[in-house]
Amino acid sequence: MHELGIVFYIIRDVKKVAEENQVAHVSKVVMEIGEVSTIVPDYLTDCWRWAADKEDLLRGAELECRIIPAVSFCGDCQQEFGTVEHGKICPHCGSGNTWLLHGNEVEIKEIEV
Amino acid sequence: MDEVKIIEIKKSIFADNDEDAALLRKELKQKGVYLLNLMSSPGSGKTTTLTRVINLLKDRIRIAVMEADIDSDVDAVKILQETGIASIQLHTGGMCHLDAEMTRQGLMGLDLDGVDLVILENVGNLVCPAEFDTGAVSNMMILSVPEGHDKPLKYPLMFSVCDLVVINKIDVLPYFDFDMDQCREYVLMRNPKARVLPICAKTGEGVEALAEELLSRVKAWKEE
Repeated sequence: MHELGIVFYIIRDVKKVAEENQVAHVSKVVMEIGEVSTIVPDYLTDCWRWAADKEDLLRGAELECRIIPAVSFCGDCQQEFGTVEHGKICPHCGSGNTWLLHGNEVEIKEIEV
Repeated sequence: MDEVKIIEIKKSIFADNDEDAALLRKELKQKGVYLLNLMSSPGSGKTTTLTRVINLLKDRIRIAVMEADIDSDVDAVKILQETGIASIQLHTGGMCHLDAEMTRQGLMGLDLDGVDLVILENVGNLVCPAEFDTGAVSNMMILSVPEGHDKPLKYPLMFSVCDLVVINKIDVLPYFDFDMDQCREYVLMRNPKARVLPICAKTGEGVEALAEELLSRVKAWKEE
């Protein structure tokens, strides 16, 4: 439900980069979206279509979402594990002293102009 | 056809907001103003809790309130009627959260002279407001009993950014399968530093402890 708000942030950042590089039209925006970033890529691209077509700079521009898998690290046994499968508890030693290494990203990787 | 050129950006869309928020926090520190960002789902009792807390604290510190909603001014009117404290209503224009820039604009609309505590009542939502740092000194959330004790599991980010979790509507505990100990455990799993305070905004039970907690935080922020 919050994807439209995120789209407005993407548009703002892309506009800024386009201005700095004197770009008149952007044909594609590539995003890197973490698996546990709470962004639903399908919703994001739907919102993108609606909002981007209202901007001259972005009319017709494609939004590509590349998914980054979520990986956590256990501070006790020093091993990595998949966050989506195992959550907060380390599957190797059962510790809860774990944290996310990556998978929380909402980044604009690059734009094609 | 023009040649395709790729411009590498590699930047989090939250980066600009995080910078704005850090700057705002620094400015508030210089002014000695404690900004509290209050979040919850719709209907958990944010406004009722606020009026109770404000009425306990308003003679001891100066308080201002910013109400953020997608539309309407019912909350700002209610705060004014029931506490006499001026509040301003911010409209997010369809957005599901407030960011640091919107918060800064709201603060500009308040007279901060002599104000000790500004409470920002964020849009009722457990997802998006957690993602955007508003520049607040701390984040507080209200979880009400009917919502269930499993919410920290379902909305992990919200519970990991809040260091004060108020469990509201404890007067209806006998009618719901809400396990307070389990809830506390889930909250601490998300944020081991979180303080959990059970209250009932309607009867006033536990509200004094909440008011004292806020008072000590405001004092510590000024003295630190």
